[in-house]
Amino acid sequence: MDGALLLAALAVMLALASAAVSLAAAQQPQVLRLLAMPLLGLSGLLALGAGLVALVAGGAVTATLPLGLPWLPWCVRLDALAGFFLAVIGVVTVAVGLYGPGYVRTLEHGRESLSALGVFTGLFLTGMLLVVLADDAFLFMVAWELMSLSSYFLVAFQHEHAANRRAAFLYLLMAHVGGLAILLAFGVLASFGAGFAFDAMRSADPPVAWASVAFVLAFLGFGMKAGLVPLHAWLPEAHPVAPSHISALMSGVMLKVAVYGFIRVVFDLIGQFHWQWGVAVLAVGSVSALMGVLYALMQHDLKRLLAYHSVENLGIIFIGLGLALIFLSAGHGLLGALALLAALYHTVNHAVFKGLLFLGAGAILHSTHERDLEQMGGLLRRMPWTGLFFLVGCLSISALPPFNGFVSEWLTFQAALQAWHLDSGVLRSLIPIAAAVLALTGALAAACFVKVYGVAFLGQARSRHVRRARPVPVGMRAGQGLLAALCVILGILPTGVLTLIGDIPRQLLGGGLSPAAASDWLWLTPLPAEGVSYSAPLVVMLLAGAIGLALWRLRHAAVRRVRRCAAWDCGFAPPTPRMQYTATAFAQPIRRVFGLLFHVDESVESRGHDGTRYQLVVRDRAWGLFYAPVAQVVETAARRVARLQSGNIRVYLGWTLSTLLVLLWIIS
Amino acid sequence: MDHLVTSGAWGLALLQALLYAALGPLLVGWIRKVKAVLQNRRGASVLQPYRDLRKLLMKEARVAHTASPLFRAAPYVVFGATWLAAATVPLVAVDLPTAAIADIIALVGLLALARFFLALAGMDVGTAFGGMGASREMLVSALAEPAMLMAVFTLAMTAHSTNLATVVDYHLTGSIVLRPSFLFAFAGLILVAIAETGRIPVDNPATHLELTMIHEAMLLEYSGRHLALMEWAAQIKLVLYGALIANVFFPWGIARSLWPSAVAVGLVAIVLKLLTLGAALAVAETVLAKMRLFRAPAFLNLALLMSLLGLLSHVILGVRA
Repeated sequence: MDGALLLAALAVMLALASAAVSLAAAQQPQVLRLLAMPLLGLSGLLALGAGLVALVAGGAVTATLPLGLPWLPWCVRLDALAGFFLAVIGVVTVAVGLYGPGYVRTLEHGRESLSALGVFTGLFLTGMLLVVLADDAFLFMVAWELMSLSSYFLVAFQHEHAANRRAAFLYLLMAHVGGLAILLAFGVLASFGAGFAFDAMRSADPPVAWASVAFVLAFLGFGMKAGLVPLHAWLPEAHPVAPSHISALMSGVMLKVAVYGFIRVVFDLIGQFHWQWGVAVLAVGSVSALMGVLYALMQHDLKRLLAYHSVENLGIIFIGLGLALIFLSAGHGLLGALALLAALYHTVNHAVFKGLLFLGAGAILHSTHERDLEQMGGLLRRMPWTGLFFLVGCLSISALPPFNGFVSEWLTFQAALQAWHLDSGVLRSLIPIAAAVLALTGALAAACFVKVYGVAFLGQARSRHVRRARPVPVGMRAGQGLLAALCVILGILPTGVLTLIGDIPRQLLGGGLSPAAASDWLWLTPLPAEGVSYSAPLVVMLLAGAIGLALWRLRHAAVRRVRRCAAWDCGFAPPTPRMQYTATAFAQPIRRVFGLLFHVDESVESRGHDGTRYQLVVRDRAWGLFYAPVAQVVETAARRVARLQSGNIRVYLGWTLSTLLVLLWIIS
Repeated sequence: MDHLVTSGAWGLALLQALLYAALGPLLVGWIRKVKAVLQNRRGASVLQPYRDLRKLLMKEARVAHTASPLFRAAPYVVFGATWLAAATVPLVAVDLPTAAIADIIALVGLLALARFFLALAGMDVGTAFGGMGASREMLVSALAEPAMLMAVFTLAMTAHSTNLATVVDYHLTGSIVLRPSFLFAFAGLILVAIAETGRIPVDNPATHLELTMIHEAMLLEYSGRHLALMEWAAQIKLVLYGALIANVFFPWGIARSLWPSAVAVGLVAIVLKLLTLGAALAVAETVLAKMRLFRAPAFLNLALLMSLLGLLSHVILGVRA
């Protein structure tokens, strides 16, 4: 067995071990913190190692497990794509392993079952690792269900609130509808490939119509899991209610597993590319990106806001994938590889900064028990380290140079700008519109994170418990610090990362970026012929130089001292915390400009002596447009069926007899 | 020899960056002077902004009790990011090494970085006006940024590169063709420049009426050298947009080699272009009134529409090269 695969197997074992030892947490709560969490982190470290080894070594390693059904053994395979996603899973898991012990400590006095938390976290990680490693549809689906079911229990962890139970149920329902679509997609592919092994599917060449059916099913299934609009409504309900380190895993990693599944099935197994598919993916990705960020702007629950940003970022990843499909269908292998690399780069970036932001939100929750932005304020002075790391996360997700989010958006833009290579005028004009949407999304994301950071960390505390916030334990800070450092490294050294992941398109598509693209660590030149370049290290150096120069010049300013005084505020009365701009007020102009896209309920109610009450509810339009009708149809159908339930035993026996007869008739 | 050229180019790039910093106050002084003349006032000297900066730099900085460390760091970040962004725009000569460090997308990104910190600084002290300014600034930029990117993408797709120096070079070497896409992009970029630099009719740099401020509202709590840096950054940004419009759409005169004579011609050319643009801006600001905030989205949507039309007309009408 190859070294990388051995490491991956060890990672799976450790994740299972973490689940197993957590059973003891029912009696000894500290087991979770002292044993299960370190095991989880170690498993992540091994997964990261396995992924990196696989990426560096290139090639693919396969093995057959002594598990599964007698005629259908479980196969695993570790190639560059799987290695990349193992590394993504691993890196966030390591941070969670560092962060978790401090976070779960507060839960030790709660009423929730800690052993359930530990067991299902371990199984959740096992499921994700196995999905990435699977080389046949059987193991893939088993692992996929393991991942979905264990995360259901994690979402339902704090099940005493009715809203959490409802969110968990919705999540379970959507996960299974998605799982069904994926199963059907595999069914289509398996019938042409004579077998459930991925190799058989890969070598099959289904006719276009059936390939399209498989594509649509896979897009539906994986898109549902990835939270693409309009199927996203479960995501902002489910992700925030889990414990924060689990939210980080779900938003940062589990959504990436859905991206992995999509790439594996569409780019690898189906192996055909049609521009119609690309346009569909591009359109859904663009709409998801825009709607995700607009709805995020309307939220004032921090974790819900972050969950909506996951919708946005997955949209950006799918814009990249859609571009890749379009370019590949037109035979531009190099450009397709560029777009795919942009999507993959954004995948790892989103995992890192979204993990970081959820851990930061968890740190705030840990020390203030508050998720509502309207109650926060001034946390930067109370929790300086969390504040610093959260700022890095905000800058990264807003796609600002020199942080990592900028690099992947830059690559996506560069791919989109190559649309002039295409013959079709329709495509050449569609792609720039998608680029415009991406630009709008980036600018709105920056607005949203100015809101988040400005309201939560700056200004003055808006409530008493936030004013008394205390810094979080070292372990929790270390988890955030690790991810923050990665945000910076991934932003400053993009060429190294591109060299590392450059093998993926080469293995999947048989073509990649030319070696010259990443030969120089200083200059990022994805398409050398175009003379386009971006040098993140030089940007950082010159930025530091410019700032240093300003500081040095001002060293000689006449008065160095800074005097503290009351805020000026145009000479009005000294500002109180209640006078600060709130998160809702900050987003009000944007709500007004994009008003049509939201379902806004705004009311002013006069209540006599109690003063006036202003109420604002912004709902997701997807509920009314998509979910409610489906729910209604299901309910109507159920009511029709319920007519059978007359309460008369003779009728029931009659139905049973007739069913039996029909079945016998079918068999005979 | 090669080494000599490289170091010479870096030296010129550094000089150009310093020139941006030096020209900023001058352009603002010029605009104020022209405006004063148009309004039958005598106006302050063109050099007044330099004196203001000097005065502010010498003064003691005061910081509110409620301010966090970010408040004191923000002016340096805003200044550094704006200045670096400016350094990547060809001013006097094309083909300087700084132009390769960051292309147009990175330029927009650096400006966004400066704006991010500016808005955060506005919210830091916790006053109502600061938050108001930050909220409005982010609204304006959220609509202006895509318009700007679309406009520059039109140019980039024509020249097949997002590198500004390549774009300018492409226009200089190519034959002069009046492309409809360029007209749209030009109109879009002008509108964006007005919005992004906080000029009338989107924002009024001279206002001190609290409820109409955008940019000024975020700077209310700043004083002394912090305020000087913020003001200076805003002035550099104005020159940046001026140079961007002047050199991309009217690149003639810009130096294409490092010979002193060519550089001298380039310097004279850019100063003349900036003076013309400044005078045009002063005339526009004199005849126009500031819009209500909620009219600004319509203005910016027009910019977005112009830029998008430019891009689409390039894609549809443009010949494939």
